[in-house]
Amino acid sequence: MGLRRGGKSSICKVVFHNMQPLDTLYLESTTNPTTEHFSTLIDLAVMELPGQLNYFEPTYDSERLFKSVGALVYVIDAQDEYMNALTNFAIIIEYAHKVNPNINIEVLIHKVDGLSEDFKVDTQRDIMQRTGEELLELGLDGVQVSFYLTSIFDHSIYEAFSRIVQKLIPELPFLENMLDNLVQHSKIEKCFLFDVNSKIYVSTDSAPVDIVTYETCAEFVDVTIDLHDLYKDQAKKDTSRELKSVSALNNGVVIYLRQMIRGLALVALIRPDDTDVDSCLTVVDYNVDIFKNGLENVWAHARIKPEDGDNSYA
Amino acid sequence: MSSNNRKKLLLMGRSGSGKSSMRSIIFSNYSAFDTRRLGATIDVEHSHLRFLGNMTLNLWDCGGQDVFMENYFTQQKDHIFQMVQVLIHVFDVESQEIIKDIEIFTRALKQLKRYSPDAKIFVLLHKMDLVQLDKRQELLHIMMAKLQETSAAYGFPELVGFPTSIWDESLYKAWSQIICSLIPNMSTYQHNLKKLKGVMDAREIILFEKTTFLVICSSNTATGEILDPKRFEKISNIMKNFKQSSMKLKSSFKTLVLDNTIYVCELSSNMMCFIVLNRADDPQDLILGNIKKVKAYFQ
Repeated sequence: MGLRRGGKSSICKVVFHNMQPLDTLYLESTTNPTTEHFSTLIDLAVMELPGQLNYFEPTYDSERLFKSVGALVYVIDAQDEYMNALTNFAIIIEYAHKVNPNINIEVLIHKVDGLSEDFKVDTQRDIMQRTGEELLELGLDGVQVSFYLTSIFDHSIYEAFSRIVQKLIPELPFLENMLDNLVQHSKIEKCFLFDVNSKIYVSTDSAPVDIVTYETCAEFVDVTIDLHDLYKDQAKKDTSRELKSVSALNNGVVIYLRQMIRGLALVALIRPDDTDVDSCLTVVDYNVDIFKNGLENVWAHARIKPEDGDNSYA
Repeated sequence: MSSNNRKKLLLMGRSGSGKSSMRSIIFSNYSAFDTRRLGATIDVEHSHLRFLGNMTLNLWDCGGQDVFMENYFTQQKDHIFQMVQVLIHVFDVESQEIIKDIEIFTRALKQLKRYSPDAKIFVLLHKMDLVQLDKRQELLHIMMAKLQETSAAYGFPELVGFPTSIWDESLYKAWSQIICSLIPNMSTYQHNLKKLKGVMDAREIILFEKTTFLVICSSNTATGEILDPKRFEKISNIMKNFKQSSMKLKSSFKTLVLDNTIYVCELSSNMMCFIVLNRADDPQDLILGNIKKVKAYFQ
């Protein structure tokens, strides 16, 4: 949620519907809370709330709303005057925290593409400080608030959403551990577990994330899906087979993609160094098979339980 | 191939019609978004591009402001219009002064007739994305009829026209065909490709130029399959995007194997092949071996 014209609908459209950032200029003001369900890994329900409404009018069942969500994403327009937004934000936090103390509160400092590097840092510090003070005044200094600098014109918005989604996955430490194991034993430099539709990464190994690597991997997902779509009518049974694609670059790096379960894909950057590429890939294949089995086991029971906690709205 | 393979291409059109944008996208790896930063071209900008190894394209991007235009047709006419292989004339579909656009086109034709009568003429109706979908075909038809008439009067009866836009794949399609018309030993490629298709039992093989990813030729024998008719351009687009993202890893793209059915790899130092197989269960080594063997025929 956020004030009007903060860019909330644009974010949803870009991240979840693959819309071109430029087309978002033509979006209308959102008038109703909208809910959308994404039944991939985390059965995400994204609720988008119009900015210009007052949630403390009794007609809105705001208590039920806040109780059921896992994360609250507040969007602040960095190119606009943000004092109003901060006051509004403080009120919302106070209310949300009272109703649901477990809620994750995330702030997107949005539309930073138009700001210079120094100004970005200044803005972020200013906003963080001011929210800190507001919260102190309200007696809520224990509330954890995370901040992200985002823009829909680059990959920062995906990065931010990846982090947010990751907080909602209870199995995350296992996943990371599994990926670490995979990386260690197969000459992989970096690997991501992608959600194919949105290109959000659900998990990655514990090596630091390099934004360039992420971009390349995300684009590789695009390439694979697009090329596959062009020729897929050949075999109708395609859905049963898992997608796999391997690409070698001239400097010896190999990009490797394998489809996993529930709309996920594993993308890895492999450096075979001196060893033979083929044998290296065989080892990777074998290890990935084991990893996939692991994934299946982790989520074998997950579908049954109602996932109340995995809702979020932006 | 003989080394005397210099081709002169004239890229002309009124100012603001998108000539430099096209050139930047096709030959300089710009994205459509980046072209907003381009300024007006002053006079003639020359670019020399090596294409398929021994073919050199001299692309003359002629700035389209009236001052320069006047100059081309008077003082510099022998310099500009001599030994031209191809004239690519760009029309802005949004232009208000169509009569004037056509007039410039005829003046160019007149000079060409005199200095290089063997030139091939292509016209591009550019910025098609600004026209409503249902009106595009009609507009193209009217425009082409008019231009055909004009060019026939100057002794160039075989005018080829394309609707283009930098925001979709139509640009690649147009340029592929323009460039293809310059390749001398096309029939050899076609023949070899057909053979290769038979040997590998492939569904389709497409040959791309390596740096621009323009389609050189494809082995498509109509077997009654319904495939996306725009797939060549789409592949060009996709692969070019991928090439750029691999550039971020400070490397270039070598091979890609998708699902054991789609193989993309180098065929010679300036060609890429895109092979789609019928079956997915052939061993990879065999196919890669085949490709290696074939390389000799495409040098």
